[in-house]
Amino acid sequence: MAHGAGGKASRRLVDGLLAPLLYRQSDPVEGDRLADAARVLVGGAPIAITTDSFVVTPLAFPGGSIGELAVNGTVNDLAVGGARPVALVTTLVLEAGLPTATLVAELRAMRQAARDAGVAIVGGDTKVVEHGKVDRLYISTTGIGHPLPGVTLGARSVRPGDRVLLSGPIGDHGITILLARGELDLEADLRSDTRSVFPMVEALAAAAGPSLRWMRDPTRGGVATSLNELALDSGLGIHISEEAIPVRDEVRGACELLGLDPLHIANEGQFLAVLGAEAADRALEAIHAVPGGDSVVIIGEVREEPRAAVLAGSRYGGTRIVDMLVGDPLPRIC
Amino acid sequence: MKFVDEFRDSELITRARDEIRRLADPARHYRLMEVCGGHTHAIYRFGLKDVLPSNLELIHGPGCPVCVLPMGRIDDGLELAGRPDVIFAAFGDMMRVPGAHGSPLEHKARGVDVRIVYSPTDALKLARSNPGRHVMFFAIGFETTAPSTALTLMRARAEGIGNFSVFCNHVTIIPAIRAILDSPDMRLDGFIGPGHVSTVIGCRPYEWIARTEGKPIVVSGFEPLDLLQSIVMLLRQLRDGRAEVENQYQRVVPWEGNRAALAAMAEVFELRPYFEWRGLGFISQSALRLREEYARWDAERVFSVAGVRVTDPKAAQCGEVLKGVLKPAQCKLFGKECTPEHPVGALMVSSEGSCAAYYNYEHRKTAGQLRILTPA
Amino acid sequence: MCLAIPGRIVELVSDPVPLALVEVTGVRRRVDLGLLHDDMPKVGDWVLIHVGFAMSRISEEQAAEQMRMIAMLGEDEAAMEEVRGYGLEGREP
Repeated sequence: MAHGAGGKASRRLVDGLLAPLLYRQSDPVEGDRLADAARVLVGGAPIAITTDSFVVTPLAFPGGSIGELAVNGTVNDLAVGGARPVALVTTLVLEAGLPTATLVAELRAMRQAARDAGVAIVGGDTKVVEHGKVDRLYISTTGIGHPLPGVTLGARSVRPGDRVLLSGPIGDHGITILLARGELDLEADLRSDTRSVFPMVEALAAAAGPSLRWMRDPTRGGVATSLNELALDSGLGIHISEEAIPVRDEVRGACELLGLDPLHIANEGQFLAVLGAEAADRALEAIHAVPGGDSVVIIGEVREEPRAAVLAGSRYGGTRIVDMLVGDPLPRIC
Repeated sequence: MKFVDEFRDSELITRARDEIRRLADPARHYRLMEVCGGHTHAIYRFGLKDVLPSNLELIHGPGCPVCVLPMGRIDDGLELAGRPDVIFAAFGDMMRVPGAHGSPLEHKARGVDVRIVYSPTDALKLARSNPGRHVMFFAIGFETTAPSTALTLMRARAEGIGNFSVFCNHVTIIPAIRAILDSPDMRLDGFIGPGHVSTVIGCRPYEWIARTEGKPIVVSGFEPLDLLQSIVMLLRQLRDGRAEVENQYQRVVPWEGNRAALAAMAEVFELRPYFEWRGLGFISQSALRLREEYARWDAERVFSVAGVRVTDPKAAQCGEVLKGVLKPAQCKLFGKECTPEHPVGALMVSSEGSCAAYYNYEHRKTAGQLRILTPA
Repeated sequence: MCLAIPGRIVELVSDPVPLALVEVTGVRRRVDLGLLHDDMPKVGDWVLIHVGFAMSRISEEQAAEQMRMIAMLGEDEAAMEEVRGYGLEGREP
């Protein structure tokens, strides 16, 4: 069960099982295959392609629903892979007995999200399975995109001195879902942040050009997991400032009450980027000008040490390692 | 956040840090124990060790109710959870604690009805809304948490709710501190006293530590400024040659404790003659069980419980780390066979266990030997 | 054992057990006041919350007093150094 939560277990499943069993040296891909999106050469030209599946409970929650997540999730994987999202195909697995109204609502949500993101849904499939075999509805989406010119991303091009950028406040989606499940009797005025990050990414790529080194969307497992992946893939130390990380009051309150760390909570409308220090100011300015980009901020920088680890520091000099999640974030009382 | 942010103020933390540096005698090596697991977690979470001088050592105490729970108790609880009519309810802290046949979460993945609750009253609510099932609340915690369990049981009794029981693992803090002081390998200069336990029991129960054992103890809050101020107060006592009980956490801890909470505990619980603490062995009068009047809600009496005793693997040095004799990294299994992903002992599972806290927040600051997963 | 958070009482609910709606920076939860029946808090009071129960009232005066004490840390020492700096020690009054 821990394997779906993002973080160490998920990564091991992909690295340790999928990769060796499925990938071959001779495959027509270019670049780093463990990234969010792969680049396939079709007739010699690269096309970005990625896939993901969505199994959230409850199906609908403040700020969105599974349909929106399914579209934006794949759109964002393409975006942070450095590509303009173009089209999606989708598979819906339905539990027998799912009310038609629910299905229609989700299809409408997908249509609207696709429109908002500027992508076409060009194909799809459905399967109905026995009652109890899936939890109402699972959606999978596969997307293709056009690589942005002049953008080459990879953890290996990250250097000490590079800056770490975060698009906006963290934890909104994960806490919204936790509260929407109703098991903890907590109420707050919070919404999922699900949206396409492509407009911000496009602005960033245009402003930073070759100074843009790496991007990721911190979904399951949160910012902590994405930055740890960067640290492991680059072998460098990622230093972030506790005070710089934007967190809404309500997310903070819920995390304090439940003993959770906002850095481990899922986001569905944010992205992280690493870029050369020389491009930081103009990158911030460019993203700020995009609707929804007003909270963009530099949260830290890359250094040599501690190798392959993420360190968070506070103004008074206290530091702590930020580790990857093991399984789902669990509320605690101790 | 009010009453939180002020106590995380960087300027003031720096001031407290400087005062500590001024007070700490360079010719001395100070060993202060923070008893409570919540303090251990806070120390690592806020990076307070970076702020303290090198001749001031913080030793982690056994105040982690998950860490001191013997594996056999978890196995007993999970065995009851396996019955089709039972809903096993527990705090999130318990969910990854390994039993002999897996953790509660692993049982859940196999189809056992395991639910995470934030409050014992949530467990009682589950019982009300599931009249055909039996809800068993697996209770853990020191005196901070026991009154809430007690009040919940009083409510269950008043409402005549029959499909609810408590598997009680509440333990008390004073015997744990006594066990530390009685331990021959222990040399301590003073204690950072548990903050939230003290909201219930007050500060009087610690007086023997100062009077008989001659060690200063300062009851402390959990924010960085609270802990640093408590250390200042301890250093002042040590400088002056005093040994007293002081209350740093006055905004929350009443010297006399919470009478209503103590009364609720006395109404529902009695002391067990003895109880096994993981790593510390059997300690008399150190744990609570339900009184006869509440037998109907006592899971150990409602169901027949195997009472399994499970000893820890010999290689695991949980006991010594729990007592502060060993540092987490000194345990032979630390970071190798025992990590947060596959914990051998509870100190690695509970987020306030010293091994987990050290592993998650600290040890890689200096480790240069990590395997790097870059593709070739 | 010890995760307890300060929250402000925004509403009192008294049936059948004493409860309060408590807010922690915008997050609200119903909290049981049964352990504070000797000294019932009012709307606007701050309480310490642990496992859905209010454990204690938070004293604003004590908190302010504590902040004052911390802010003064090192000032005694600073005052002493200043006096020493005047070279007044060992002089005849």
